Amino acid sequence: MTNQPTIVKVVGPLVVAKGMKHAKMNEVVRVSKEKLVGEVIELHGDEGSIQVYEETAGVGPGEPVELTGATLSVELAPGLLEQFYDGIQRPLKLIEEKAKSQYITRGIEAPGLDRDRKWDFEAIASSGDEVAEGDILGTVQETTLIEHKVMVPPGKGGTLKDIKSGSFTIEDTIATIKVDGKDEDIMMLQKWPIRVPRPTGKKLLPTEPLATGMRVLDTLFPIARGGAGAIPGPFGAGKTVTQQSLAKFADAQVIVYIGCGERGNEMTDVLKEFPELEDPNTGEPLMKRTVLIANTSNMPVAAREASVYTGITIAEYYRDMGYDVALMADSTSRWAEAMREMSGRLQEMPGEEGYPAYLGSRTAGFYERTGACECLGTDERRGSLTAIGAVSPPGGDFSEPVTQNTLRVTKVFWALDAKLTYKRHFPSINWLQSYSLYTEALENFYSKEVAEDFSKNRTRTSEILQQESKLEEIVRLVGTEALSPKEQLTLDVAKMIREDFLFQNALDPVDAYTSIKKQYRMMRAILLFMDTALPVIDQEDFDFLRVQKLIVKEDITKCSFIPEEGMEAEFDKIEDKIRSQMAGLKESGAETKTVSEEPVATA
Amino acid sequence: MSTAYKTVTDIAGPLMMVEGIEGVTYDELCEIELVDGSKRLGKVLDARSDLAVVQMFEDAKGATTEGTKVRFLGRTFEIGVSEDILGRVFSGSGKPIDGGPEIVPEKKLDINGAPINPYSREYPDDFIQTGISTIDVLNTLVRGQKLPLFSGAGLPHNQIAAQLARQMRVLSPEEVEKGKGISDEQRGESDEKFAVIFAAMGVTFEEAQFFQNELEKTGALSRAVLFVNTADNPVVERIATPRLALTVAEYLAYEKDYHVTVLLTDMTNYCEALREVSAARKEVPGRRGYPGYLYTDLATLYERAGRVRGKNGSITQIPILSMPEDDITHPIPDLTAYITEGQIYIDRGLHQKGIYPPIIPMGSLSRLKPKAQGEGKTRADHSGMDAQLTAAYARGVEVRELAVILGESSLSETDKAFLKFAERFENEFIRQGPTENRSIYESLSIGWDLLTEIPREELKRVKDEYIDKYLPKK
Repeated sequence: MTNQPTIVKVVGPLVVAKGMKHAKMNEVVRVSKEKLVGEVIELHGDEGSIQVYEETAGVGPGEPVELTGATLSVELAPGLLEQFYDGIQRPLKLIEEKAKSQYITRGIEAPGLDRDRKWDFEAIASSGDEVAEGDILGTVQETTLIEHKVMVPPGKGGTLKDIKSGSFTIEDTIATIKVDGKDEDIMMLQKWPIRVPRPTGKKLLPTEPLATGMRVLDTLFPIARGGAGAIPGPFGAGKTVTQQSLAKFADAQVIVYIGCGERGNEMTDVLKEFPELEDPNTGEPLMKRTVLIANTSNMPVAAREASVYTGITIAEYYRDMGYDVALMADSTSRWAEAMREMSGRLQEMPGEEGYPAYLGSRTAGFYERTGACECLGTDERRGSLTAIGAVSPPGGDFSEPVTQNTLRVTKVFWALDAKLTYKRHFPSINWLQSYSLYTEALENFYSKEVAEDFSKNRTRTSEILQQESKLEEIVRLVGTEALSPKEQLTLDVAKMIREDFLFQNALDPVDAYTSIKKQYRMMRAILLFMDTALPVIDQEDFDFLRVQKLIVKEDITKCSFIPEEGMEAEFDKIEDKIRSQMAGLKESGAETKTVSEEPVATA
Repeated sequence: MSTAYKTVTDIAGPLMMVEGIEGVTYDELCEIELVDGSKRLGKVLDARSDLAVVQMFEDAKGATTEGTKVRFLGRTFEIGVSEDILGRVFSGSGKPIDGGPEIVPEKKLDINGAPINPYSREYPDDFIQTGISTIDVLNTLVRGQKLPLFSGAGLPHNQIAAQLARQMRVLSPEEVEKGKGISDEQRGESDEKFAVIFAAMGVTFEEAQFFQNELEKTGALSRAVLFVNTADNPVVERIATPRLALTVAEYLAYEKDYHVTVLLTDMTNYCEALREVSAARKEVPGRRGYPGYLYTDLATLYERAGRVRGKNGSITQIPILSMPEDDITHPIPDLTAYITEGQIYIDRGLHQKGIYPPIIPMGSLSRLKPKAQGEGKTRADHSGMDAQLTAAYARGVEVRELAVILGESSLSETDKAFLKFAERFENEFIRQGPTENRSIYESLSIGWDLLTEIPREELKRVKDEYIDKYLPKK
């Protein structure tokens, strides 16, 4: 070690060192006397550029750089759930303990997982078994909600020589595999480089929806398990609220929530709320299925860049166990900005708006790590990883590079609309701009699991909403009177769809979550109203106000508050009411018609 | 450490290059002595083995490449703090300018601070009454929040900020219980410690004086700290000004249990100073020439607000920024709103109608309000009232636009009701005097009174029980 690497230049989070001949790309290094964590991102002969994940004030040329030989990795083993990490998997609670202050000070070493904690490992495989990569060796009850599956790490496999159940730390040997005559010890702890996707078996096309309980999403713009979605929206349109609702209600088994370059208080809110919120299915605290990663906007920018990779690697690990995992990244724009900042410091040639030219490929690479698949291992278990990224376009302008690059690879687009928030319409997802490319892939699921005519009804619902926007333009020019009764009815029904179906109160315990079956019934009731009203208003001289004043409309308004239990019967009642009241209108309508028509007929 | 280098090679704008140096670290503070003996401060932006790029906090007038001495001080920019700092006035780079003595520091703190661990934060949920209806009811300010005023040239943001600083207070438990405001005289002095810190960046002398006078008038000056960088002061000094203010705020809040309000004005000037340095360094610019790290830089300021677990104090931040051409999509307001917890939008239209304070509900937002409204915080009907007033006003404004095209006579009865509501809302709810201090309960009553304009079946956002309880019978 005659050629100890030393710093020659420090500019913000970028440090250049010489003597880096033996350094590898993406190797983790320790910078300066304070041993700040950094990663090699560029090599030029003897010189290497390092992005440093901590504040570099006070670091200067001449200080040492230490190579570690390892690439930036996360630790994977029981104990990930319920954790609250920073961007490079340091538990924030541990940082607080070590720093003894509310501030994140520098050079704190905090391992991602507790080395002393013992877990009850129950072996499933037995000695003598042939095991391949990804095979499940045994399980650990990680939290009350999740059974952690301890797998043979990727790239390993052979004859299981020894395996034992019992109480172990994550670094204890739980099994020994014989590979080519050599014994290899296996522990629960695996490490995986964050920038490399974890291998899977066969990739599958997504066929099942990820239910979110939000009617505008599940019914109109569903996302599939294993899909990728984007939520772009200007500030204040409700990205974070939507992401947090998804983290609460999405029917995935494991949730990874990444607060990437966002507000500190928002993460505090999640941290305070999730242990108190119950999982709708099990009644256990939501935190028991959640991993939180926070690299708030004031934390070092390089670690922000790493945070989304840290998050998705953890998510992949749980997918490999055969779970349905959902990942929320709020906001991917901050991630892109972190890339831009590092790229600028490296003096790379910029692409659009100063973003690096590789913005597109990095974004695509990230979302490509989602998907439904057969997991590694011989038992053919299946898992899925769904990712939903919030995008914060400057000025709410969707034509900017991050939004555009994201839309190129995500198949669901939930457009948040600030105008809707002004009107206090929540969730403020614009029904004309948003889309989902999964509706066809999921059609089979809906017609089997929900109802034959589900997809047909969805199409009609969106058509009505589209007609509304056209009709509204006419109304703006010439007023409501110019519309035909049928058009007036369309407007009325569209209003019902908007106010009684799409509008959802996240604070109301019943309204906050709607099952897909109930969504179907709500939608069906509204469409039935339209279908039965059509022949009624078709009668000549029919006073349209009478349809508008039907009492059953109140029942439809209150649909969203019908409890899930026994809702089918309630909806049957409402549908009967619609039919009978409309029939009543038709009869009386006919009467008034004959009376008023007589003079006309003689004329 | 005390070596003075005379190896300045380049001076460009606020930047200076010093060669042949040794042991210089990033962000290190340095002292620059010009030929005439005057001294300036600078910091290291780029530290290399033989060269340092130094950014001066003052302008480079009179600096020469030959003869200028640079001394690196071996520390970052620090400010000495103690409780005696209250009542003092400083320049934008932290020198006393009120004729008083230097502060005898209890400790010295790095003005860059350190990020607060999100795990250590306490979620802010204490209602602050500002006495301004549009803020209290619709855009509730919370203790520990960062809530900027988005304004434009010629709009009364300074008056509003001064009114806020004057009137901000928490409700007493008695008030919350009784659902009635109690006047200051009856309430007596609260034993909570509070302080106002004011950082002026590139504002006119008049504006800075306005704030100082306002604070003096109400006797709040003894609990205030002012950092003043006026328009004729060095531009780059502005980069340090808000950091000085926030460092003092953190000291008072987290070490001395003060509830601190920090007013930062005008953030637009701050960002422009940042752009100037960035341009001088020939960095790749982001949008509109602002540096790509503007978001991160602003975040390191705005995120220095909030509450911390186990500490009694808090920092509430009210940055003021003027939007160039009233354009909310301009990078400065845009990035700000992505970091702060909402924004108060000052509207030129309302101002032109002669309405003070011209705070418009559309576009204004307080992200922290849900947990600071309602039972135990203000009153149970608060959040419903908020949603109803906002929704009704939005509809009223829409109807007003429609009426321009179609004529008022062609409006339906319901639409006319909303139109009337909107007019009254602007004149009775939004409009109030610059010294009028309404209790939250007065504001809510005004709200209920206005809702009588609207047909009851249209009141979908408030619960029936509250309508029965509070809606005045006609």
